[in-house]
Amino acid sequence: MNQYVKNVTSETTDLSRRSFLVGSAATGLVLGYAGVPGIGEALAAAPANFEPSVWYAIAPDGLVTVTCGKADMGQHIASTMAQIVCEELGAKWSDMRVALASNDPKFNDPVLGAQITGGSWSTMMNFEAMSRGGAAGRIALTEGAAAVMAVPASELVVRDSVISHPKSKKQMSFADIVKSGKATKTFTPDELKAITLKTPDQYTMIGVSVPQLDIPSKTNGTAKYGIDVMLPGMAYGAVVTPPVRFGATVKSVDDGAAKKVPGFIKAVTLDDKTGTTSGWVVAVANTYANAKKAAAALKVAYDGGPNAKLSSQSLLDEAKRLQQLDDSGQFFVKDGDPNAAFGTAAKVLEAEYTTNMNIHAPMEPMNATAEFKGDILHIYSGNQFATRSGAIAAGAAGIDPKFVVMHQMWLGGGFGRRLDADMMVPAVQAAKAVGKPVKVIYTRENDMTMDFSRPLTYQKVKAGVDGDGKLVAISHDVVSAWPTARWGIPDFLTPSVDKKGPLDSFTVNGADFFYTVPNHYVRAIKNELAHNATPSGQLRSVAPGWTFWAVESMIDEIAAATDQDPAQFRIALLDGKGKNDGGAQRLRNTLLAAMGLSGYGTKKLPKGEGMGVACVSSQERATASWTACVAHVAVAPSGEVTVKKLTVATDVGTQVHPDNIRAQVEGAALWGLSLAMYEKATLKDGGIEQTNFDSYTPLRMSQMPEVAVAVIANGEKATGVGEPAVTVVAPAIGNAIFNASGARVRALPITAEAVKAGMKA
Amino acid sequence: MPTLTINGRSMSVDAANDTPLLWAIREQLQMTGTKFGCGAGLCGACTVHVNGEAVRSCQTMVGDVAGKKITTIEGLSAKGDHPLQKAWIAEQVPQCGYCQSGQIMQAASLLAKNPNPTKEEVVAHMDGNLCRCMTYSRIQKAIMRAATEMRTASATATERRPT
Repeated sequence: MNQYVKNVTSETTDLSRRSFLVGSAATGLVLGYAGVPGIGEALAAAPANFEPSVWYAIAPDGLVTVTCGKADMGQHIASTMAQIVCEELGAKWSDMRVALASNDPKFNDPVLGAQITGGSWSTMMNFEAMSRGGAAGRIALTEGAAAVMAVPASELVVRDSVISHPKSKKQMSFADIVKSGKATKTFTPDELKAITLKTPDQYTMIGVSVPQLDIPSKTNGTAKYGIDVMLPGMAYGAVVTPPVRFGATVKSVDDGAAKKVPGFIKAVTLDDKTGTTSGWVVAVANTYANAKKAAAALKVAYDGGPNAKLSSQSLLDEAKRLQQLDDSGQFFVKDGDPNAAFGTAAKVLEAEYTTNMNIHAPMEPMNATAEFKGDILHIYSGNQFATRSGAIAAGAAGIDPKFVVMHQMWLGGGFGRRLDADMMVPAVQAAKAVGKPVKVIYTRENDMTMDFSRPLTYQKVKAGVDGDGKLVAISHDVVSAWPTARWGIPDFLTPSVDKKGPLDSFTVNGADFFYTVPNHYVRAIKNELAHNATPSGQLRSVAPGWTFWAVESMIDEIAAATDQDPAQFRIALLDGKGKNDGGAQRLRNTLLAAMGLSGYGTKKLPKGEGMGVACVSSQERATASWTACVAHVAVAPSGEVTVKKLTVATDVGTQVHPDNIRAQVEGAALWGLSLAMYEKATLKDGGIEQTNFDSYTPLRMSQMPEVAVAVIANGEKATGVGEPAVTVVAPAIGNAIFNASGARVRALPITAEAVKAGMKA
Repeated sequence: MPTLTINGRSMSVDAANDTPLLWAIREQLQMTGTKFGCGAGLCGACTVHVNGEAVRSCQTMVGDVAGKKITTIEGLSAKGDHPLQKAWIAEQVPQCGYCQSGQIMQAASLLAKNPNPTKEEVVAHMDGNLCRCMTYSRIQKAIMRAATEMRTASATATERRPT
């Protein structure tokens, strides 16, 4: 672990052992968990400096503001949190507002114990705490109203921000009760736990597609993103990055020409002890346009460092070398003995699956604004991991993280990119060097070439089938850079089953599927060369984006090799035996739903067209949203593939916001398509070759197929929807291509050349 | 110091003639609804109107638009109630929202000339605007909804016109 980054050990804020306070403050009613620092002070504070930064607050005008500790990057999680509170509180939706939290630990995720947004975890892990918080508020307001009206609390009805007493026809609005000051109550942990939450049949908000609270501001230009932050006296920074992704150092900087650029202030060579960046220089000027001109005028000489000669091919070669070693890596799954089973199997299949690197490229390029005010470093940036990013900013400044305040903004796309804090390092060091607030904005070229990319992956899968065509063994090796190991936070790593030390489960999740296979090994192998040369990140859907590419392609290959229908073959494997009980049945049902909706097996398709299926338990076994896809493709003799339709079914347990779920699932499925067909990043001479949207080409409107989405809500707990549908699409398309043309593709992205070559073979 | 006519107001900006209009709008005039996406005219996030035409403000220099009529998302309608903005809310289009100012400005230039576009015309006109959240199907629906509303409104206005 880097000694300059005082990393967070994720202390779980166990809310089940905290009291819940409802109290009057100068600005209205504040509600939050006790013992979480902040609420006590909030209640005690003098009116002048009271900041309603608790879980939620009700103002004297009746407006309810929920503070969201999650990064909102388009998944509308702030609105969803408000909706969950609103359900139990009994407020009117038009009274609800949202605010974005600072990095104060009181806003930490109640389960994760840190401020981090990812994993499609948010709704699942916050539902209970937000619901209880909302219910506690309703009870306090009801008791307050009962006292004022002098009627029994049990006779009161709460609805649409009004508490009424039907017998006497008396009523009070939430605003009236807040103004009365009577709604003050402390719930002990046991009392809070004893609150009976609504059952789904009583819901009036959960399951309703209420208008998202953030959308109007995103149609008129008023939503403020990190890039929109303006501070008085602020300067601008443009970064000059080396031709090598990581490991270069600056030998010299000649700012002679830059000094002639009007408004130029200074060139700052970063001294990044956090190890987040290497070889960067910031040109600081009075405007961003001038900063860019100055950046272009700087003459920087580099030492390319140890990675300067590496290419995608050398990373892949190294992955293959590591996979062939018997003692590489650690075991993530170790059931039975596949090697023995291969010896007695009737048929053994082996295949290699690869995925190229991918770039996040959110539409808002990376940026951060840093300002030193007294002892406090203020950072303004849309970020998914305030807890760790604050530590990186502190490390860059050489101060303790407790002196860093992170101001959260709306995120112009996250997709995992904004879990990282590289953009804060140049902002902090430039602000320190010039003695002014500095906003650093990456050019798109900086953003692409310095991405913490989805790593290049190499997977080898070996499968054994018995004489009846039954899958009896799978051995699966996954070789990649380890994105989560880079964080240096032990809690985010997973002990290996062979006790060879922790592994990065965010490289193998998904390989522990719900099919019943008695002999099953999964090995996680770290590609150290790739890890150092192409520091990788979590890209929307992370490991299941590649593990299911391998697993779901191989399952199809086995079905084809044994003359079985690929969908029926999967259904037989999803028998729900042993540890797979429950999940396997839900996944089977989801697959059947997708088959039904797409007309799988019921349609005669023209020559050159085909359908393929895939089903996944993304993101993790414990947090799966059961998702299946049927892809319908047409393959031309040239190998050109046209995706005609994607049918996606997903079992999310409980729907908080049906329309948003559909929007997320459709967006995720199109991401899956974009990664499968259109996006490819490559390394040459240690640098990422793609620099803008002409060479790195995400899906455009004209490339969009028809997408049908079926959401299954069966009353189980709510699960995440931002990522799972990403992972199911590539294998479904690959399998459809095979069905249409007989060509088996094993590398992402899929190219016409690869399909054509497969057709000939 | 160039003077720009933006959203009906004349404003002088402290920027050299070769400054991209995008940065003059965002930094000098502090109107941040117009977004920076690629700096190369490849994504459409910075789309504004110059004399009614949709242009990429990252590729348009301040010196070239003096005296021309510039409209940004802030000036598309008085109260954020252009039929496209209303349709964007009705269809709940935005996810992260970052590209949507550019999408709306691009779409507005289509409907100003073609009140009854086909789906193919919409795709052809909008294909230069990237949406990384992939909200494309809702963008299409919202444009069609707004087109219908604008045609209805204009038909109503025509009926009421005294003959």
